[in-house]
Amino acid sequence: MGIISKSRKKSPWIMHYDCTSCNGCDIETLACLTPMYDAERLGIVNVGNPKHADILLVTGSANKRNSQVLKNIYNQMPDPKCVVAIGACACTGGIFRECYNVLGGIENVIPVDVYVPGCCAKPEAIIDGIVQAIGKLDEKAELMKNESK
Amino acid sequence: MSSTVIPFGPQHPVLPEPLHIKLVMEDERIVEAIPAIGYVHRGLEKLTETKEFTQNTFVVERVCGICSVMHAMAYCQGMEELMNIAIPDRAKFLRVIWAELHRMHSHLLWLGLLADAFGFESLFMQAWRNREKVMDIMEETCGSRVVISANIIGGTRRDLSKEQMVKINQIVDEIKEDLEQLESVFLNNYTVKHRLVGRGVLTKEDAVEYCTVGPMARASGISMDLRTTGYSAYGQLDFEPIIHSDGDNYARTYVRLHEIYQSVDLVKQAIAKIPEGEHVIPVKGVPPKGDVISRVEQPRGEVLYFMRGNGTKTLDRLRLRTPTFANIPSLLKMLPGSELSDVGMLILTIDPCISCTER
Repeated sequence: MGIISKSRKKSPWIMHYDCTSCNGCDIETLACLTPMYDAERLGIVNVGNPKHADILLVTGSANKRNSQVLKNIYNQMPDPKCVVAIGACACTGGIFRECYNVLGGIENVIPVDVYVPGCCAKPEAIIDGIVQAIGKLDEKAELMKNESK
Repeated sequence: MSSTVIPFGPQHPVLPEPLHIKLVMEDERIVEAIPAIGYVHRGLEKLTETKEFTQNTFVVERVCGICSVMHAMAYCQGMEELMNIAIPDRAKFLRVIWAELHRMHSHLLWLGLLADAFGFESLFMQAWRNREKVMDIMEETCGSRVVISANIIGGTRRDLSKEQMVKINQIVDEIKEDLEQLESVFLNNYTVKHRLVGRGVLTKEDAVEYCTVGPMARASGISMDLRTTGYSAYGQLDFEPIIHSDGDNYARTYVRLHEIYQSVDLVKQAIAKIPEGEHVIPVKGVPPKGDVISRVEQPRGEVLYFMRGNGTKTLDRLRLRTPTFANIPSLLKMLPGSELSDVGMLILTIDPCISCTER
């Protein structure tokens, strides 16, 4: 294992974007990083710049205004990258799926790798989702390596 | 001199939520701030017209996860007034206990985000560590951490046992002890004070003119707290609104920090005075024709609910005005003249809740 893939696996950097979440999943995502749940013990670091991020955490469903922002953020992230949809809204649109301004889950806008259900998703579930995303990140990196050969 | 436009948001490390502000700058000073909202708009008010009035309790809870208890409380109070339901006294006290616990978690969360905004990472962690105790109470009493669905029309969904109340009493005491240690850092530390004192001043006259609400108004010297109107069980509890006269970031931090102590006190008072009896009564019939307005004090200020019944299971209209919507004009008043490095702090001190504002 090369140094880059090793560091990616041991310390994935996450970025969080709030689409139309009610804040419930947002504060649970932030709670993951604080002493009680402490996602940093898995090497997870929260960053504010999509160009530094490996994993994108999205809360809330996509709507007509923010889908372009979400696409921009996704396109700015370097490969390999993973997307985790957190909460019922991000997975399917949840309670808001019938609203006139909601396009449904974020899978309608960007590809999603891991779905974390719940309203609101629990911090334990979110951390589990991130850990699954780390595995997928590794698979994607292998795939990229084989393709370049 | 030519001016530069710097976009702030919608994705920004300081903000947990998407808010976009165009800042027109001259050197490091802001001359104009132009807000652009709509990133979180879902159309929730329209959704409530298609659901039954009992289901709406759970829809309005999802207006905002941070103050969900108060949203449901305002809606239930309004519907009970419209349908002429007198809820049991015990339910009123239970609502106050959960509402004040929610206020504590919201203010602790805000204190943490504030510390994060001025780069004091360990203070952020300490505030959130303290907050987890409140979340544990929520999980134990209601089964969920954030959106707890404690209120239903006719009372509360669950009751609190004697043992649970003793435990809540102990935990809020622990929270108070922990917060006393943090208080000296928030209010007396030299570096922290440097970022807070004298920044983003909103005078009393401006606060009145811009219709500021909640802790923002109280930090500018306006004694305005809807809880003093005595809705729910607040009329039977003893408290004074917390007021500071400076109107700057420091004053707003002071007010919110001391409101946590106030909430601890209110929870203890409510537990001491709670009467025995039922916690919910069955609701029969449908909301009659008529209008009703219900107001509740949220962690961020006053929320106003307007409901129009039409004699069927669904409502004709549900309209809500949230505190952040009322506070954004004051933010736009505070921004011009301040430095770019203070923008994150200034936006945070109004405690913005964008999902409330846009729904």
